[in-house]
Amino acid sequence: MRPLLQSEAFIRIAAPLGVGIVMVGLWEIGFRLAAVPVYLFPKPSDIVASFMQHGPALLRALLVTLRITLQAFAAAVLLGTLIAFMFVQSRAIEISLFPYAVLLQVTPVVAIAPLIIILVKNTQLSLTICATLVALFPIISNTTLGLRSVDPGLANYFRMNRASRLKTLIKLRIPGALPYFFGGLRISSGLALIGAVVAEFVAGTGGRSSGLAYEILDAGFTLDIPRMFAALFLITLTGVALFAIMVAVSRLALSSWHESEIGAET
Amino acid sequence: MNALPPGDRFEDKADHAREPAGRAPVVEVLSAEKVFQNGARGLAPIDLTIADGEFLTLIGPSGCGKSTLLKLIANLIEPSDGRLLWWRGGQDRVGQDGRRLAFVFQEPTLMPWARADANVRLPLELAGVGKRDAAPRVADALARVGLSAFSRHYPRQLSGGMKMRVSIARALVTEPNLLLMDEPFGALDEFTRNRLDDDLVRLWWERRLTTVFVTHSIYEAVFLSTRIIVMAANPGRIFRTMTIDAAQPRDVGFRDSPQFAAYCRELSAWLAEASLPQRTGGAA
Repeated sequence: MRPLLQSEAFIRIAAPLGVGIVMVGLWEIGFRLAAVPVYLFPKPSDIVASFMQHGPALLRALLVTLRITLQAFAAAVLLGTLIAFMFVQSRAIEISLFPYAVLLQVTPVVAIAPLIIILVKNTQLSLTICATLVALFPIISNTTLGLRSVDPGLANYFRMNRASRLKTLIKLRIPGALPYFFGGLRISSGLALIGAVVAEFVAGTGGRSSGLAYEILDAGFTLDIPRMFAALFLITLTGVALFAIMVAVSRLALSSWHESEIGAET
Repeated sequence: MNALPPGDRFEDKADHAREPAGRAPVVEVLSAEKVFQNGARGLAPIDLTIADGEFLTLIGPSGCGKSTLLKLIANLIEPSDGRLLWWRGGQDRVGQDGRRLAFVFQEPTLMPWARADANVRLPLELAGVGKRDAAPRVADALARVGLSAFSRHYPRQLSGGMKMRVSIARALVTEPNLLLMDEPFGALDEFTRNRLDDDLVRLWWERRLTTVFVTHSIYEAVFLSTRIIVMAANPGRIFRTMTIDAAQPRDVGFRDSPQFAAYCRELSAWLAEASLPQRTGGAA
């Protein structure tokens, strides 16, 4: 028992888990003793029950939200990387286009979403566009920064060996940009989910049914608070899962050489 | 103990622009000078001939233009006036078979994401050599610097001295005919530096690879060189030339010999002289 308790990895998982269990336990017991009505604030057991009852509908909603999120994320990665490549190819392109990238970034998605939802007939597509707009900027800025952050000594070496622009890009700029790119992926994956949920809210208020956000809205209309919590829990879980996947992908790609992914023992 | 040698005992009084007997010149610096864009005179007109098989070291106080001269020789910068010849021809001769030059920087400048062998393969790859043709050459270059066992290691897994060895292997893999090194071991501790110097002497002796070396270290210069160019600053110029006549190949024995100590003492005195502020009327 001692060695397990002393293991860093075990403590890292067990400690937060223990805190969670205690909190949920206190929540259940406290609210049961105080007899808080379910329509005000549900107990964990109410949420579990609601999840059992509305499980299929909630999972369907989850799939809708997940699909929008992943589509938006993929589009943001593709577009963002392409735009970043354009930016580093020519200073003129970057100077003329960068302000518009910032413009897109600072405009709140809630404000543009109604417009896009009206303009684009297909709900799924319009929501994907909204989420893409939110997720795009970190990819552009991080990848651009990465492609520019070339070791000057190595850049000099490539020049001396008369390397072509393409070879310099493939052999030097892209590998060097990867740590920045993966940093962008982590931020962007979370933003894609937020963008999808926000856009769904806007669409949901307009009566167009869709994913988990609509479930929350609908549960609010009918004062089904446990279902609201169940949907909320699914959104949080999705966000955490996305983040964990990005961390794993980044570790897989960089662990062999980059400082950020090298453990303390090596 | 013997008395100190007279001041010019080791000086090579001959014109250092002359053609060394029987050996073809690799680089000829013909009244080349360098004036920087801010008007500073980096190098006064310099004449220098580097012969095939020489190990030539440039040494001098900071600002004496030794790195500038090396960059001129490497064809990385152009002279403001005068010209340089490589293998008796223009710069278009550089890069052809039998006329390749390689440069080793102060830093190893390795790609952190590539293993040692991939780093060594880089110049071949940039020259369009296929992976299969490159593999034996990469293995050979790594073996020559004693890193065969570390070919699959990433730079971060290697010590500073090993990284520098990879950098040297990367220069050797192209089979250069002229090797240019700009203070390659300046950042290493003395012990590691001595070991790398031992290896460098051996590598040079194996193929008589014409080498131009820049350093701040008197001991390193004496140990490695067949000829040392002492430079002075304001403006950068050749101050004196010393020829080191010691048996080849050199080893630890040479480093411990009285002959080595005498050369070092003399070179040290010259450097002190070269570092003195110039008397009035000297600079233009």
